[in-house]
Amino acid sequence: MEYWFSELHSPHVKFGIRVEKQLFSAQSDFQRIDVFESPEFGKFLTLNGSVIFSEQDCFIYNEMVAHVPMSVHPSVKNVLIIGGGDGGVAKELLHYDSIENIDVVELDEMFVDVCKDFFPETSKGLDDPRVHMFNVDALRFMRNQKGVYDLIINDATDPFGASEGFFTREFYGSCYKVLSEDGILVYQHGSPFYDEDEGACRNMHRKVFHTFPISRVYQAHIPTCPSGYWLFGFASKCYHPLRDFREEEWNERNIPTEYYTTNLHRGAFMLPKYVENLLKEEEEINS
Amino acid sequence: MNLTRQASAPLYEAIEIFRKKRIVPFDVPGHKRGRGNPELIDFLGERCVGIDVNSMKSLDNLSHPISVIKEAEELTADAFGAEHAFFIVGGTTQAVQDMVLSVCKHGDEIIVPRNVHKSVLNALILCGATPVYVNTEIDERLGIVLGMTVEQVESAILAHPKAVAVLINNPTYYGICSDIKGITEMVHKHGLKVLADEAHGTHLYFGDDLPLNAMEAGVDMAAISMHKSGGSLTQSSVLLTGNGMNADYVQTIINLTQTTSASYLLMTSLDISRRNLALRGRQSFRKVTEWAEYARGEINSIGGYYAYGRELVNGTSVYDYDVTKLCVFTRDIGLDGIEVYDILRDEFDIQIEFGDIGNIMAYISIGDRIQDIERLVGALDEIGRIYAKEGKRFEIDREMLLPDVIKSPQAAFYAEKEKLPIRKCVGRVSGEFVMSYPPGIPILAPGELITEDIVDYILYSMEKGCSMQGMEDASLETLKVLRGV
Repeated sequence: MEYWFSELHSPHVKFGIRVEKQLFSAQSDFQRIDVFESPEFGKFLTLNGSVIFSEQDCFIYNEMVAHVPMSVHPSVKNVLIIGGGDGGVAKELLHYDSIENIDVVELDEMFVDVCKDFFPETSKGLDDPRVHMFNVDALRFMRNQKGVYDLIINDATDPFGASEGFFTREFYGSCYKVLSEDGILVYQHGSPFYDEDEGACRNMHRKVFHTFPISRVYQAHIPTCPSGYWLFGFASKCYHPLRDFREEEWNERNIPTEYYTTNLHRGAFMLPKYVENLLKEEEEINS
Repeated sequence: MNLTRQASAPLYEAIEIFRKKRIVPFDVPGHKRGRGNPELIDFLGERCVGIDVNSMKSLDNLSHPISVIKEAEELTADAFGAEHAFFIVGGTTQAVQDMVLSVCKHGDEIIVPRNVHKSVLNALILCGATPVYVNTEIDERLGIVLGMTVEQVESAILAHPKAVAVLINNPTYYGICSDIKGITEMVHKHGLKVLADEAHGTHLYFGDDLPLNAMEAGVDMAAISMHKSGGSLTQSSVLLTGNGMNADYVQTIINLTQTTSASYLLMTSLDISRRNLALRGRQSFRKVTEWAEYARGEINSIGGYYAYGRELVNGTSVYDYDVTKLCVFTRDIGLDGIEVYDILRDEFDIQIEFGDIGNIMAYISIGDRIQDIERLVGALDEIGRIYAKEGKRFEIDREMLLPDVIKSPQAAFYAEKEKLPIRKCVGRVSGEFVMSYPPGIPILAPGELITEDIVDYILYSMEKGCSMQGMEDASLETLKVLRGV
């Protein structure tokens, strides 16, 4: 039987995954959620028809958003994860004993429940006593707080879907406000390759660059992302991801990884020329 | 309202039948379902272009409705509790003008609040009646025009025996409501007609716990912007009449200026929206009220902003407040409303309804999503964090200046005029409109005395970035004034 999930990565490029069966489908208050079983990627979850994560490649971005800032900031105690209802990022962060508290703000309760049902291995990160889940809008969650988090990870991926509000200037500004004096924000920066994605990617960089004193971009290869190529943003009030890199310290922790290494950390910030150029163009635009 | 009948949409149903018949068009419009203009199909889609058709037997005729448009209008009247409803395709501007033209003629006077929409004054240019402005109060802190009181309107009636009608904004752009029932009862005792501009009040007919709508208050005519809170397409509107109005005469007045090629896209959108309002309006507007109240609470918790609501109600000049309006006073963070309006658009990609000198207004409707409301609140929070400076205060009376009407708008409009540098115009009679847009309320209208305060106010608004419209010289270096007056 030929049974394929497909997703348009651009109006003219279609990405397909052969599917064995569909495990779940429902419309939550915010988005449509589907879960499939596939021979190549294992189980994977989609929101409004876009792949959000798969069992086979989710380790890449969970590690990349967790270990990059954790190997730069010397003492992260209080963390805010926005989106991240699957628990994957929280699970990576639980490797660090210095972390005392992780707040996960995931608007969509159904998303959390679906992850618990179909991805229990990943979701168990949410059961740790250090992790606290809040089902509210992140902008609202941050509204009346100030200077409390050492690290914010924005795990929301889609600038055109239900998480559209997390790619805006008011969002990045709110993050700046709730971060402590030496806080770091790491966020999903999208894929720069196809035209439509490039526009969103440029917008993000422009907004963050003009909000934070330090704003750098790094990369990873993720097979289920558009063009297989994905960027992350690193924004901070004082730490530079390479100049303040604490390589030895991190290696001494002996954290098990499958993607991240301290060598890769350096390489991830070395971007292709076309990406450097488009980021630079946005930096030169006056806010 | 008969809910079983309200579940039908006769015009929409007729259009659907027409679509399936695949009738060969040898009539206008010449694009013939778009085939003659493929780019239009690309732009609007086949479905949309395919029903852009002309009046025909099966689809009735707006100028003289006898079948499906008539039924759709009857259902609209039933939904709004009116005697009669007319579909209008020239915007609520046309509906307002038709109200005025239906009750006023040359030499008459009409009593209006100063924050009257320009469409009313335009109608007076057409018919030759003269406005009598009611000296409504201004809220000193917010700089907004409040409602008319029964006493103010009655003294205007007693001082102006030639007055034939009173026009009431229900509510104003800012959500302020007058005692429309009290005013209407008093005015009717004096034998005058009452007209309600409900451009911002469609939802009052379908809300629990919202201010009284005009038809329930017993007014004679009301102009309803269905395309604002009602959800129909831009430019579609409804004119309602109450008991005691001659519907045939009103139809004649409408036909004086309304197109004979009314758009079926607009009319059908009215039919569908009316059905939606009748069946689901109450629950929709409950949601809208909830969101607006939520946003108000959140904005007020930020500090520095004042999102006002029911606490303004004082029983007289603010008889009631429309809580679906989200208006925010911004001057305490040291920014004019228009500045916040610009920052929201340019830096946060958020387009709000308007910004004036002291206030901004965000339009909350049945099409909103809670996450967008969070964005708006978040953006205001950020603007406060980044840009806040010392609070600004008004010089009182700047926002609303009650003019002296020297000539009727019509006489002034057609009079001989000359152009003078704006500062030299003090003491002269204006030959043109000067409006601050939005919300399109005149600072000066033809026939009104230009004072120094008015000139100051015009220049100040312009400096603050309000879009000034209505006058010939867009730079406002000069104004046209009446020659020899």
